[in-house]
Amino acid sequence: MLSIKNLQAKIEDKQILNGINLEVKAGEVHAIMGPNGSGKSTLASVLSGREEYEVTGGDVDFLGKDLLAMAPEERAREGVFMAFQYPVEIPGVSTINFMKTAINQIREHRGQSPLDAVSFLGLMKEKMKLVEIDQSLLNRALNEGFSGGEKKRNEIFQMAMLEPKLAILDETDSGLDIDALRIVSNGVNKLRTKNNAIIVVTHYQRLLDYIVPDFVHVLYKGKIVKSGTKELALELEAKGYDWIKGEMATL
Amino acid sequence: MSTPVATDIREVLRTASASALLGDTVRTSIDAFSLPPAKSEEYRFLPLTRHLEKNFSAQQWVSSAPSQQGAVKSWLGTSAIAVTVRNGRVVSITGSHPDVTVLPLAEAKRTHGAQVKTILGQLSWSDPFTVLNGAAAQDGLFVWARAGKRVDVPIHIRHVHEATEAGASHVRLAAVVEAGAEVTLLEEFSSTGQAPFFQTQVVEVDCHPGSRLNYFRIQNDHGNTTHVANTLIRQADKSTVNACTLTLDGEIVRNNFAIAVDGEHCESNFHGLYLLQGKTMADNHTVVDHKKPHSHSNELYKGIMDGQSRGIFNGKIFVRPHAQKTNAFQSNRNILLSDQATVNTKPQLEIWADDVKCSHGCTSGQLDEEALFYLQSRGIDKKSAQAMLLYAFAADVFSIIEHEAIRAYVDALVVQRLYPTA
Repeated sequence: MLSIKNLQAKIEDKQILNGINLEVKAGEVHAIMGPNGSGKSTLASVLSGREEYEVTGGDVDFLGKDLLAMAPEERAREGVFMAFQYPVEIPGVSTINFMKTAINQIREHRGQSPLDAVSFLGLMKEKMKLVEIDQSLLNRALNEGFSGGEKKRNEIFQMAMLEPKLAILDETDSGLDIDALRIVSNGVNKLRTKNNAIIVVTHYQRLLDYIVPDFVHVLYKGKIVKSGTKELALELEAKGYDWIKGEMATL
Repeated sequence: MSTPVATDIREVLRTASASALLGDTVRTSIDAFSLPPAKSEEYRFLPLTRHLEKNFSAQQWVSSAPSQQGAVKSWLGTSAIAVTVRNGRVVSITGSHPDVTVLPLAEAKRTHGAQVKTILGQLSWSDPFTVLNGAAAQDGLFVWARAGKRVDVPIHIRHVHEATEAGASHVRLAAVVEAGAEVTLLEEFSSTGQAPFFQTQVVEVDCHPGSRLNYFRIQNDHGNTTHVANTLIRQADKSTVNACTLTLDGEIVRNNFAIAVDGEHCESNFHGLYLLQGKTMADNHTVVDHKKPHSHSNELYKGIMDGQSRGIFNGKIFVRPHAQKTNAFQSNRNILLSDQATVNTKPQLEIWADDVKCSHGCTSGQLDEEALFYLQSRGIDKKSAQAMLLYAFAADVFSIIEHEAIRAYVDALVVQRLYPTA
């Protein structure tokens, strides 16, 4: 589904990604871990199309198309979803309001007719249940005055609504207490199918207790330096990132 | 020192004032009349004088007669009193309500002289364009809402300017809202033709104790129109004013909007929204003058400037020594969409009382890139995402309009302006 080859990127004059290689197939969950500043969030940002980052080399193929050539909205329409680490607050725009526009623009892109109000409401109710989110929250201005947990739950609600082929969860566990973490993870797990894939970017192992990955990759200094199965995450948790740093130093 | 233009204009105004509504009152002011000089503080950012002198001959400064007399239908249908004003002349009034009198001012002067006298020319202030208007305006509208009655149909005033050739029109609105009455006035400006056209307006409204005035304006003149409005409102005890001005088009639009809070326990809410493009210049100068204690004013003006347009805001709040316990709030926020658009904003607070709450704030900047990216990342194209954010920015300005059909109409105009045409 997603094939990243030798991806390099910088922001301003700072080179952050130094040749990432990653293959993600439908049905898989990949966790990307790594110490602060290793390039985890940069990778997520580059995949979602943030303009501040300049790709200096490499290719990203998404379902046979050149992902890097697409505008952010085209990526979303093709099926890429990004759950933000820090979802923005937008006064005056309710989640419901912009979701309706988003869904219909995506449907138009796929050659489908727009959803009428009743179908949209039906879809919304179904997805609300899935992520245990209240409608009153969705009627309010986007994320304005939301708690950390509410913001993340709203991200997963949007993911449920848009049914992406590839979801990138950027530090979705940050700022969550255990209960919120459980609800958010449950939502994600319910959305897992054999047709979609998920990339979980996280600093800590604890999220992976809930969203169990098929593969774990360790990112360090802008490169994937170690890949393995979920046991790698446990090993990392036990030994700390200094273990990786030490190993790299001896090479 | 008088420029030749000024001398000519005084002569033209003297002649015009012979048949003007306020001819007798204004005559002595004409001798001292001059346009705001280039360095005038009040017109600092707006090249109005230069623009007028360049584009209009002295003769063209006074009213041009309309070539058509037809009424313009109100989109409010029969649930409104519909007034059509062409080049400053009332040509049609349809619909009525038992608790309000709506008449051409020239006629009202004869039939309701006593009432007209209590308001017409009573609130004029120092702006030179009130003098110009006084000397030139031949007609206008008189509205008299009866004590204790709620007039539940809006009075929809359509000002149509025939700008097929260079000319001018000057019009007045004089309204009395008696004690405990409520009335809704909607003024909508539009024009035909593309010739330079100069339009002045003076609005005077007297809000008696316990009354409620809803006053809305839609400024949608096209092309090369210069519009100078002076809106002067006086509030007595326990009266409420809800006002909203939407400015869309025109070459130069200048709104002087002044509320004299001359009563206790009043509420004054006045909002403005200017959505500018091309080379339009819109200048909102507002004054709220708190003369008595225990009143509350709330001002919210917002602007979105595209193209080479220019927005200007100046908001004065006066709190006089006796006006203790005044609560005055002012906010002006601006978004610039292009590198060539500009905005000048200036709050001006003069507070002589010590037990008051006043706050003000002004901002200007670009659209929030983070918010834009967020919406795009959900599949929404950049233009729609931008429109969505701009709409959200603008919407709380006209949410003040309680009348549903009017709010919906304003909403549609805003959507039309902000959303890209597919």
